[in-house]
Amino acid sequence: MRTMVQPGLFTDGEVPTLLGSRCTACGAHHFPRHDTCPYCATEDPVPVELAGSGTLWAWTAVTSPPPGYQGEIPYGFGIVELPEGIRIIARLTESDPAALAAGQPMELRIVALHADAEGNDVVTYAFAPGAP
Amino acid sequence: MTGVVIAGVGMHPFGRFEGVTTTDMGVHAVRAALHEAGVARGGFQAAFCGTAYGGVATGHKVLSRLGMTGMPIVDVEAGCASGGAALMLAAGALAAGQYDTVLVFGTEKMPRGIIRSSFFDPWQEEAGLAATPSFFALRAQRLAVTSGVTKDHLAQVVVKNRRHGASNPDAMFQKEITPEEVLASRVICEPLHLFMLCSPNEGAAAVVLRRQADSPGSPPPRSPPHVTLAAAVLRSHLPGSVLSESTPMSGLTDDAVPSPTTLAATAAFEEAGLGPADLDVVECQDTDAARELISYEEIGLCAPGGSAALLASGDTALGGRLPVNPSGGLLSKGEPLGASALGQVVELVRQLRGQCGDRQVDGARVALSHTVGRGANAGVVILTR
Ligand SMILES: [Zn+2]
Repeated sequence: MRTMVQPGLFTDGEVPTLLGSRCTACGAHHFPRHDTCPYCATEDPVPVELAGSGTLWAWTAVTSPPPGYQGEIPYGFGIVELPEGIRIIARLTESDPAALAAGQPMELRIVALHADAEGNDVVTYAFAPGAP
Repeated sequence: MTGVVIAGVGMHPFGRFEGVTTTDMGVHAVRAALHEAGVARGGFQAAFCGTAYGGVATGHKVLSRLGMTGMPIVDVEAGCASGGAALMLAAGALAAGQYDTVLVFGTEKMPRGIIRSSFFDPWQEEAGLAATPSFFALRAQRLAVTSGVTKDHLAQVVVKNRRHGASNPDAMFQKEITPEEVLASRVICEPLHLFMLCSPNEGAAAVVLRRQADSPGSPPPRSPPHVTLAAAVLRSHLPGSVLSESTPMSGLTDDAVPSPTTLAATAAFEEAGLGPADLDVVECQDTDAARELISYEEIGLCAPGGSAALLASGDTALGGRLPVNPSGGLLSKGEPLGASALGQVVELVRQLRGQCGDRQVDGARVALSHTVGRGANAGVVILTR
Protein backbone atom coordinates (compact mmCIF):
# COMPACT_ATOMS: atom_id res chain seq x y z
CA MET A 1 0.00 0.00 0.00
CA ARG A 2 1.02 3.60 -0.62
CA THR A 3 0.05 6.55 1.53
CA MET A 4 0.57 10.20 0.64
CA VAL A 5 2.84 12.23 2.91
CA GLN A 6 0.07 14.84 2.84
CA PRO A 7 -3.29 14.72 0.99
CA GLY A 8 -4.22 17.44 -1.48
CA LEU A 9 -0.78 18.10 -2.97
CA PHE A 10 -0.61 15.66 -5.90
CA THR A 11 -2.34 12.81 -7.73
CA ASP A 12 -0.72 9.39 -7.64
CA GLY A 13 -1.95 7.85 -10.91
CA GLU A 14 -0.13 6.58 -14.00
CA VAL A 15 0.52 10.20 -15.00
CA PRO A 16 0.89 12.08 -11.71
CA THR A 17 0.11 15.78 -11.36
CA LEU A 18 0.62 18.55 -8.84
CA LEU A 19 -2.58 20.12 -7.53
CA GLY A 20 -2.40 23.90 -7.84
CA SER A 21 -4.76 26.81 -8.33
CA ARG A 22 -5.08 29.81 -10.66
CA CYS A 23 -6.27 33.28 -9.76
CA THR A 24 -9.20 34.44 -11.90
CA ALA A 25 -8.24 38.10 -11.37
CA CYS A 26 -4.47 38.28 -11.93
CA GLY A 27 -3.92 34.91 -13.62
CA ALA A 28 -1.09 33.79 -11.31
CA HIS A 29 -0.69 30.09 -10.55
CA HIS A 30 -0.17 28.79 -7.00
CA PHE A 31 1.15 25.61 -5.44
CA PRO A 32 -0.13 24.18 -3.18
CA ARG A 33 -3.76 25.20 -3.68
CA HIS A 34 -4.67 28.50 -2.06
CA ASP A 35 -8.10 29.79 -1.04
CA THR A 36 -6.91 33.39 -1.50
CA CYS A 37 -4.44 34.60 -4.14
CA PRO A 38 -1.22 35.69 -2.38
CA TYR A 39 -0.48 38.17 -5.18
CA CYS A 40 -3.74 40.14 -5.28
CA ALA A 41 -5.80 38.81 -2.33
CA THR A 42 -8.68 37.74 -4.63
CA GLU A 43 -10.60 34.86 -3.06
CA ASP A 44 -11.52 31.47 -4.51
CA PRO A 45 -8.84 30.77 -7.15
CA VAL A 46 -9.88 27.93 -9.47
CA PRO A 47 -8.31 24.50 -8.85
CA VAL A 48 -5.96 23.34 -11.64
CA GLU A 49 -3.62 20.43 -12.31
CA LEU A 50 -0.16 21.79 -13.10
CA ALA A 51 2.03 20.61 -15.98
CA GLY A 52 3.97 17.44 -15.17
CA SER A 53 7.17 18.59 -16.81
CA GLY A 54 9.37 21.65 -16.73
CA THR A 55 12.99 22.76 -16.62
CA LEU A 56 15.59 22.80 -13.85
CA TRP A 57 16.28 26.26 -12.37
CA ALA A 58 18.37 25.53 -9.24
CA TRP A 59 19.54 22.42 -7.41
CA THR A 60 21.65 20.97 -4.62
CA ALA A 61 21.80 17.79 -2.55
CA VAL A 62 21.05 17.29 1.15
CA THR A 63 23.79 15.20 2.77
CA SER A 64 22.70 15.13 6.45
CA PRO A 65 19.22 14.07 7.60
CA PRO A 66 17.26 17.23 8.46
CA PRO A 67 14.95 17.30 11.52
CA GLY A 68 11.92 15.00 11.22
CA TYR A 69 13.22 13.20 8.10
CA GLN A 70 13.47 9.39 8.09
CA GLY A 71 14.33 8.69 4.46
CA GLU A 72 17.61 8.03 2.67
CA ILE A 73 20.43 10.52 2.28
CA PRO A 74 21.79 12.05 0.20
CA TYR A 75 18.82 13.28 -1.80
CA GLY A 76 18.43 15.91 -4.47
CA PHE A 77 16.64 19.17 -3.74
CA GLY A 78 15.87 21.90 -6.23
CA ILE A 79 13.56 24.23 -8.09
CA VAL A 80 11.77 23.39 -11.33
CA GLU A 81 10.09 25.95 -13.59
CA LEU A 82 6.75 24.92 -15.06
CA PRO A 83 5.27 26.44 -18.23
CA GLU A 84 2.51 28.12 -16.20
CA GLY A 85 5.11 30.63 -14.96
CA ILE A 86 5.57 29.01 -11.57
CA ARG A 87 8.70 27.71 -9.83
CA ILE A 88 8.24 24.63 -7.61
CA ILE A 89 10.51 23.62 -4.71
CA ALA A 90 10.82 19.84 -4.73
CA ARG A 91 12.90 16.78 -4.06
CA LEU A 92 14.92 15.60 -7.04
CA THR A 93 15.55 11.91 -7.77
CA GLU A 94 19.14 12.76 -8.75
CA SER A 95 21.34 13.28 -5.67
CA ASP A 96 24.59 14.05 -7.50
CA PRO A 97 24.61 17.80 -8.26
CA ALA A 98 27.29 17.27 -10.92
CA ALA A 99 24.87 15.08 -12.91
CA LEU A 100 22.40 17.95 -13.39
CA ALA A 101 22.48 21.05 -15.58
CA ALA A 102 20.60 24.36 -15.69
CA GLY A 103 17.56 24.30 -17.94
CA GLN A 104 17.44 20.55 -18.42
CA PRO A 105 13.99 18.93 -18.81
CA MET A 106 12.48 17.48 -15.62
CA GLU A 107 9.43 15.27 -15.12
CA LEU A 108 7.16 14.79 -12.13
CA ARG A 109 7.41 11.47 -10.26
CA ILE A 110 5.83 10.12 -7.10
CA VAL A 111 8.56 8.57 -4.95
CA ALA A 112 8.70 6.57 -1.72
CA LEU A 113 10.20 8.28 1.33
CA HIS A 114 10.11 5.51 3.98
CA ALA A 115 7.70 2.91 5.38
CA ASP A 116 5.22 3.94 8.07
CA ALA A 117 4.32 1.90 11.21
CA GLU A 118 1.83 -0.25 9.21
CA GLY A 119 4.41 -1.02 6.53
CA ASN A 120 2.89 1.35 3.93
CA ASP A 121 5.20 3.28 1.63
CA VAL A 122 4.90 7.00 2.43
CA VAL A 123 5.13 8.78 -0.94
CA THR A 124 5.72 12.36 -2.06
CA TYR A 125 6.26 14.36 -5.24
CA ALA A 126 9.70 14.75 -6.83
CA PHE A 127 11.22 15.67 -10.17
CA ALA A 128 13.43 13.37 -12.25
CA PRO A 129 15.60 14.19 -15.28
CA GLY A 130 13.31 13.83 -18.31
CA ALA A 131 13.63 13.15 -22.01
CA PRO A 132 14.94 16.18 -23.94
CA MET B 1 15.62 60.42 12.41
CA THR B 2 14.00 58.74 15.37
CA GLY B 3 15.11 61.23 18.04
CA VAL B 4 16.48 58.33 20.08
CA VAL B 5 20.01 57.87 21.47
CA ILE B 6 21.83 54.79 22.70
CA ALA B 7 22.38 55.25 26.43
CA GLY B 8 24.17 51.95 27.08
CA VAL B 9 24.99 48.54 25.62
CA GLY B 10 25.93 45.18 27.10
CA MET B 11 26.64 41.68 25.89
CA HIS B 12 27.07 38.08 26.94
CA PRO B 13 29.61 36.44 24.59
CA PHE B 14 28.24 34.20 21.81
CA GLY B 15 29.28 30.53 22.01
CA ARG B 16 28.32 27.34 23.84
CA PHE B 17 28.03 27.63 27.62
CA GLU B 18 27.27 24.42 29.48
CA GLY B 19 25.12 24.99 32.56
CA VAL B 20 24.38 28.64 31.75
CA THR B 21 20.67 29.29 31.12
CA THR B 22 18.93 31.64 28.69
CA THR B 23 17.96 33.71 31.75
CA ASP B 24 21.56 33.82 33.08
CA MET B 25 22.85 35.19 29.79
CA GLY B 26 20.06 37.77 29.57
CA VAL B 27 20.78 38.94 33.11
CA HIS B 28 24.47 39.35 32.27
CA ALA B 29 23.83 41.47 29.16
CA VAL B 30 21.04 43.58 30.69
CA ARG B 31 23.04 44.31 33.85
CA ALA B 32 25.98 45.51 31.72
CA ALA B 33 23.81 47.76 29.53
CA LEU B 34 21.95 49.31 32.48
CA HIS B 35 25.24 49.91 34.28
CA GLU B 36 26.73 51.64 31.26
CA ALA B 37 23.60 53.79 30.87
CA GLY B 38 23.56 54.67 34.55
CA VAL B 39 20.00 53.33 34.75
CA ALA B 40 18.83 51.63 37.93
CA ARG B 41 15.59 50.01 39.09
CA GLY B 42 12.69 52.26 38.05
CA GLY B 43 14.82 53.99 35.43
CA PHE B 44 13.10 52.51 32.38
CA GLN B 45 9.39 52.33 31.59
CA ALA B 46 9.20 49.37 29.20
CA ALA B 47 11.26 46.38 28.05
CA PHE B 48 11.26 44.47 24.77
CA CYS B 49 12.96 41.05 24.60
CA GLY B 50 13.85 39.26 21.36
CA THR B 51 13.94 35.47 21.47
CA ALA B 52 12.91 32.61 19.17
CA TYR B 53 13.65 29.49 21.22
CA GLY B 54 13.52 31.01 24.74
CA GLY B 55 9.92 29.99 25.43
CA VAL B 56 7.17 31.64 27.43
CA ALA B 57 7.99 34.93 29.22
CA THR B 58 11.73 34.89 28.54
CA GLY B 59 11.99 38.62 29.19
CA HIS B 60 10.04 38.42 32.44
CA LYS B 61 12.37 35.72 33.77
CA VAL B 62 15.41 37.93 33.13
CA LEU B 63 13.93 41.06 34.71
CA SER B 64 12.46 39.11 37.66
CA ARG B 65 15.98 37.97 38.48
CA LEU B 66 17.11 41.61 38.45
CA GLY B 67 14.25 42.77 40.67
CA MET B 68 12.99 45.07 37.94
CA THR B 69 9.38 44.32 36.98
CA GLY B 70 6.03 46.07 36.91
CA MET B 71 6.57 47.86 33.60
CA PRO B 72 5.34 46.30 30.31
CA ILE B 73 7.69 43.49 29.23
CA VAL B 74 7.07 42.33 25.66
CA ASP B 75 8.64 39.22 24.16
CA VAL B 76 9.22 39.56 20.42
CA GLU B 77 9.75 36.70 17.96
CA ALA B 78 10.83 37.57 14.43
CA GLY B 79 13.30 34.77 13.68
CA CYS B 80 16.82 36.04 12.94
CA ALA B 81 15.49 39.61 13.12
CA SER B 82 13.89 39.28 16.58
CA GLY B 83 16.25 41.81 18.15
CA GLY B 84 15.72 44.22 15.26
CA ALA B 85 11.97 43.92 15.71
CA ALA B 86 12.30 44.61 19.45
CA LEU B 87 14.44 47.66 18.68
CA MET B 88 11.91 48.99 16.16
CA LEU B 89 9.07 48.68 18.69
CA ALA B 90 11.09 50.40 21.40
CA ALA B 91 12.22 53.25 19.12
CA GLY B 92 8.66 53.80 17.91
CA ALA B 93 7.32 54.00 21.47
CA LEU B 94 10.04 56.49 22.44
CA ALA B 95 9.48 58.62 19.33
CA ALA B 96 5.75 58.69 20.08
CA GLY B 97 6.49 60.06 23.53
CA GLN B 98 5.08 56.99 25.30
CA TYR B 99 8.28 56.49 27.35
CA ASP B 100 11.58 58.30 27.89
CA THR B 101 13.85 55.28 28.53
CA VAL B 102 13.38 51.72 27.24
CA LEU B 103 15.38 48.52 27.66
CA VAL B 104 15.81 46.25 24.62
CA PHE B 105 17.52 42.89 24.88
CA GLY B 106 17.74 39.48 23.23
CA THR B 107 18.79 36.16 24.68
CA GLU B 108 18.95 32.69 23.18
CA LYS B 109 20.15 29.14 23.65
CA MET B 110 19.79 27.29 20.34
CA PRO B 111 19.42 23.52 20.03
CA ARG B 112 22.45 21.80 18.50
CA GLY B 113 22.59 20.60 14.88
CA ILE B 114 20.47 21.68 11.90
CA ILE B 115 17.93 24.16 13.28
CA ARG B 116 14.50 22.61 13.79
CA SER B 117 11.91 25.27 13.09
CA SER B 118 8.25 25.05 14.12
CA PHE B 119 7.70 27.11 10.97
CA PHE B 120 7.51 23.92 8.89
CA ASP B 121 4.57 21.50 8.89
CA PRO B 122 5.37 17.92 9.99
CA TRP B 123 4.81 16.60 6.44
CA GLN B 124 7.40 19.05 5.06
CA GLU B 125 9.94 17.66 7.51
CA GLU B 126 8.94 14.09 6.61
CA ALA B 127 9.36 14.83 2.89
CA GLY B 128 12.84 16.33 3.43
CA LEU B 129 11.68 19.83 2.47
CA ALA B 130 12.68 21.45 5.80
CA ALA B 131 16.47 21.32 5.45
CA THR B 132 17.41 24.94 6.17
CA PRO B 133 20.95 24.81 4.63
CA SER B 134 19.51 23.52 1.35
CA PHE B 135 17.62 26.79 0.85
CA PHE B 136 20.88 28.68 1.52
CA ALA B 137 22.58 26.46 -1.07
CA LEU B 138 19.97 27.20 -3.74
CA ARG B 139 20.43 30.94 -3.15
CA ALA B 140 24.21 30.51 -3.40
CA GLN B 141 23.86 28.63 -6.68
CA ARG B 142 21.65 31.34 -8.16
CA LEU B 143 24.19 33.96 -6.99
CA ALA B 144 26.80 32.12 -9.03
CA VAL B 145 24.57 32.60 -12.09
CA THR B 146 23.58 36.24 -11.50
CA SER B 147 26.82 37.58 -10.00
CA GLY B 148 29.62 35.21 -11.00
CA VAL B 149 30.22 34.16 -7.38
CA THR B 150 32.50 31.11 -7.17
CA LYS B 151 33.39 28.76 -4.33
CA ASP B 152 36.62 30.73 -3.98
CA HIS B 153 34.61 33.90 -3.33
CA LEU B 154 32.55 32.04 -0.72
CA ALA B 155 35.73 30.84 0.98
CA GLN B 156 37.10 34.41 0.95
CA VAL B 157 34.04 35.69 2.83
CA VAL B 158 34.75 33.13 5.57
CA VAL B 159 38.47 33.99 5.64
CA LYS B 160 37.69 37.71 5.92
CA ASN B 161 35.14 37.37 8.71
CA ARG B 162 37.19 34.87 10.69
CA ARG B 163 40.17 37.24 10.46
CA HIS B 164 37.96 40.01 11.87
CA GLY B 165 36.59 37.70 14.57
CA ALA B 166 40.07 36.77 15.75
CA SER B 167 40.19 40.04 17.70
CA ASN B 168 36.63 39.89 19.08
CA PRO B 169 36.56 38.48 22.63
CA ASP B 170 32.77 37.97 22.32
CA ALA B 171 33.07 35.67 19.26
CA MET B 172 32.74 31.87 19.35
CA PHE B 173 35.63 31.36 16.90
CA GLN B 174 38.63 33.63 17.54
CA LYS B 175 41.01 31.87 15.20
CA GLU B 176 41.83 32.72 11.58
CA ILE B 177 41.19 30.17 8.84
CA THR B 178 42.68 29.64 5.37
CA PRO B 179 40.72 29.28 2.12
CA GLU B 180 42.15 25.76 1.79
CA GLU B 181 40.73 24.80 5.21
CA VAL B 182 37.31 26.19 4.25
CA LEU B 183 37.23 24.26 0.97
CA ALA B 184 38.50 21.08 2.65
CA SER B 185 35.60 21.05 5.13
CA ARG B 186 32.83 18.66 4.13
CA VAL B 187 30.09 19.65 1.70
CA ILE B 188 26.79 20.16 3.56
CA CYS B 189 24.72 21.22 0.53
CA GLU B 190 26.62 21.90 -2.68
CA PRO B 191 28.12 24.56 -3.08
CA LEU B 192 28.19 25.21 0.69
CA HIS B 193 30.86 23.56 2.84
CA LEU B 194 30.60 23.23 6.63
CA PHE B 195 32.82 26.23 7.40
CA MET B 196 30.74 28.44 5.09
CA LEU B 197 27.77 28.05 7.46
CA CYS B 198 27.42 29.80 10.80
CA SER B 199 26.87 27.78 13.97
CA PRO B 200 23.59 28.18 15.81
CA ASN B 201 24.64 28.88 19.42
CA GLU B 202 23.97 30.86 22.60
CA GLY B 203 24.35 34.42 23.78
CA ALA B 204 22.67 37.67 24.76
CA ALA B 205 22.87 41.38 23.98
CA ALA B 206 21.17 44.46 25.44
CA VAL B 207 20.69 48.11 24.57
CA VAL B 208 19.21 50.99 26.60
CA LEU B 209 17.45 53.59 24.45
CA ARG B 210 16.59 57.10 25.56
CA ARG B 211 14.56 59.90 23.97
CA GLN B 212 16.99 62.58 22.80
CA ALA B 213 15.00 65.43 24.37
CA ASP B 214 15.68 63.86 27.75
CA SER B 215 19.41 63.53 27.17
CA PRO B 216 21.92 66.20 28.05
CA GLY B 217 22.89 68.41 25.09
CA SER B 218 26.48 67.23 25.16
CA PRO B 219 27.85 64.10 26.80
CA PRO B 220 29.26 64.55 30.29
CA PRO B 221 33.04 64.46 30.61
CA ARG B 222 34.68 61.00 30.49
CA SER B 223 31.73 59.42 28.70
CA PRO B 224 32.01 58.13 25.10
CA PRO B 225 30.46 60.07 22.18
CA HIS B 226 26.69 59.93 21.84
CA VAL B 227 25.40 57.40 19.37
CA THR B 228 22.07 58.23 17.75
CA LEU B 229 19.57 55.74 16.40
CA ALA B 230 18.94 57.18 12.95
CA ALA B 231 16.56 54.41 11.81
CA ALA B 232 15.19 51.07 13.02
CA VAL B 233 13.08 49.33 10.39
CA LEU B 234 11.48 45.89 10.07
CA ARG B 235 9.90 44.55 6.89
CA SER B 236 8.37 41.23 5.82
CA HIS B 237 8.39 39.59 2.39
CA LEU B 238 6.32 40.24 -0.70
CA PRO B 239 5.00 37.08 -2.37
CA GLY B 240 6.48 35.65 -5.55
CA SER B 241 10.18 35.00 -4.92
CA VAL B 242 10.73 31.25 -4.62
CA LEU B 243 14.02 31.83 -2.77
CA SER B 244 12.57 34.35 -0.30
CA GLU B 245 13.39 33.86 3.38
CA SER B 246 9.66 33.21 3.75
CA THR B 247 10.62 29.70 2.43
CA PRO B 248 7.52 29.23 0.27
CA MET B 249 6.84 25.99 -1.63
CA SER B 250 6.61 27.82 -4.95
CA GLY B 251 7.08 31.21 -6.54
CA LEU B 252 6.72 33.04 -9.83
CA THR B 253 9.14 33.07 -12.77
CA ASP B 254 9.73 36.73 -11.91
CA ASP B 255 13.14 37.86 -10.67
CA ALA B 256 12.03 41.45 -9.97
CA VAL B 257 10.23 40.92 -6.65
CA PRO B 258 12.02 43.17 -4.11
CA SER B 259 13.52 41.24 -1.19
CA PRO B 260 12.54 41.99 2.41
CA THR B 261 16.10 43.24 2.96
CA THR B 262 15.79 45.72 0.10
CA LEU B 263 12.42 46.89 1.43
CA ALA B 264 13.88 47.40 4.92
CA ALA B 265 17.12 49.03 3.75
CA THR B 266 15.30 51.45 1.43
CA ALA B 267 12.95 52.50 4.23
CA ALA B 268 15.82 52.82 6.73
CA PHE B 269 17.91 55.02 4.41
CA GLU B 270 14.85 57.20 3.84
CA GLU B 271 14.13 57.48 7.57
CA ALA B 272 17.77 58.39 8.29
CA GLY B 273 18.09 60.76 5.33
CA LEU B 274 21.20 58.82 4.30
CA GLY B 275 22.26 56.45 1.53
CA PRO B 276 24.69 53.55 1.04
CA ALA B 277 27.48 55.99 0.08
CA ASP B 278 27.29 57.54 3.56
CA LEU B 279 28.13 54.28 5.39
CA ASP B 280 31.45 53.73 7.16
CA VAL B 281 30.84 50.27 8.63
CA VAL B 282 28.25 47.48 8.20
CA GLU B 283 27.26 44.38 10.14
CA CYS B 284 25.16 42.13 7.87
CA GLN B 285 23.51 38.72 7.95
CA ASP B 286 26.16 36.12 7.09
CA THR B 287 24.27 32.98 8.10
CA ASP B 288 26.25 31.47 5.27
CA ALA B 289 29.00 32.94 3.12
CA ALA B 290 26.70 33.56 0.15
CA ARG B 291 24.21 35.39 2.35
CA GLU B 292 26.79 38.12 3.06
CA LEU B 293 27.26 38.70 -0.68
CA ILE B 294 23.50 38.71 -1.30
CA SER B 295 23.24 41.32 1.47
CA TYR B 296 25.77 43.57 -0.34
CA GLU B 297 23.46 43.63 -3.36
CA GLU B 298 20.15 43.83 -1.49
CA ILE B 299 21.27 46.66 0.82
CA GLY B 300 22.78 48.55 -2.13
CA LEU B 301 26.46 48.42 -1.13
CA CYS B 302 27.04 47.55 -4.81
CA ALA B 303 24.93 47.32 -7.95
CA PRO B 304 22.99 44.07 -8.60
CA GLY B 305 25.53 41.50 -9.81
CA GLY B 306 28.45 43.38 -8.25
CA SER B 307 28.98 41.49 -4.99
CA ALA B 308 31.87 39.28 -6.12
CA ALA B 309 33.77 42.31 -7.43
CA LEU B 310 33.10 44.28 -4.23
CA LEU B 311 34.44 41.41 -2.11
CA ALA B 312 37.49 40.93 -4.36
CA SER B 313 38.31 44.66 -4.19
CA GLY B 314 39.06 44.30 -0.48
CA ASP B 315 36.77 47.23 0.30
CA THR B 316 34.70 45.17 2.75
CA ALA B 317 37.68 43.92 4.79
CA LEU B 318 39.04 45.81 7.81
CA GLY B 319 41.27 48.57 6.43
CA GLY B 320 39.10 48.82 3.30
CA ARG B 321 36.66 51.55 2.27
CA LEU B 322 33.58 49.95 3.90
CA PRO B 323 34.39 47.15 6.33
CA VAL B 324 31.57 44.58 6.59
CA ASN B 325 31.24 42.43 9.70
CA PRO B 326 34.22 43.80 11.66
CA SER B 327 32.91 41.76 14.63
CA GLY B 328 33.65 38.62 12.62
CA GLY B 329 29.99 38.27 11.68
CA LEU B 330 27.84 35.28 12.47
CA LEU B 331 30.50 33.12 10.78
CA SER B 332 32.80 33.93 13.74
CA LYS B 333 30.30 34.71 16.47
CA GLY B 334 27.72 32.01 15.75
CA GLU B 335 24.01 32.79 15.65
CA PRO B 336 21.80 32.95 18.74
CA LEU B 337 18.63 34.00 16.85
CA GLY B 338 17.03 36.35 19.40
CA ALA B 339 20.35 38.00 20.29
CA SER B 340 22.10 38.23 16.93
CA ALA B 341 20.60 41.51 15.69
CA LEU B 342 21.32 43.30 18.98
CA GLY B 343 24.80 41.79 19.02
CA GLN B 344 25.40 43.66 15.75
CA VAL B 345 24.05 46.86 17.29
CA VAL B 346 26.35 46.49 20.32
CA GLU B 347 29.33 46.03 17.98
CA LEU B 348 28.41 49.08 15.90
CA VAL B 349 27.82 51.31 18.94
CA ARG B 350 31.31 50.36 20.15
CA GLN B 351 32.70 51.00 16.65
CA LEU B 352 31.15 54.49 16.59
CA ARG B 353 32.57 55.19 20.05
CA GLY B 354 36.04 54.01 18.96
CA GLN B 355 36.18 51.19 21.54
CA CYS B 356 36.99 48.23 19.27
CA GLY B 357 40.77 47.96 19.57
CA ASP B 358 42.38 45.85 16.85
CA ARG B 359 39.16 45.62 14.86
CA GLN B 360 38.33 49.35 15.06
CA VAL B 361 37.12 51.03 11.85
CA ASP B 362 38.95 54.34 12.13
CA GLY B 363 36.75 57.40 12.29
CA ALA B 364 33.47 55.55 11.73
CA ARG B 365 30.48 57.91 11.98
CA VAL B 366 27.65 56.07 10.15
CA ALA B 367 26.90 52.37 10.68
CA LEU B 368 24.28 49.92 9.40
CA SER B 369 23.13 46.63 10.90
CA HIS B 370 21.15 44.04 8.91
CA THR B 371 19.45 40.79 9.82
CA VAL B 372 17.08 38.66 7.77
CA GLY B 373 15.46 35.30 8.30
CA ARG B 374 12.42 33.12 8.43
CA GLY B 375 9.07 34.79 8.25
CA ALA B 376 10.34 36.50 6.26
CA ASN B 377 11.66 39.23 8.54
CA ALA B 378 14.34 41.74 7.62
CA GLY B 379 15.61 44.32 10.09
CA VAL B 380 17.85 47.27 9.24
CA VAL B 381 19.20 49.67 11.87
CA ILE B 382 21.24 52.80 11.10
CA LEU B 383 23.37 54.41 13.82
CA THR B 384 25.28 57.71 13.68
CA ARG B 385 27.48 59.79 15.92
ZN1 LIG C 1 -4.36 37.09 -8.00
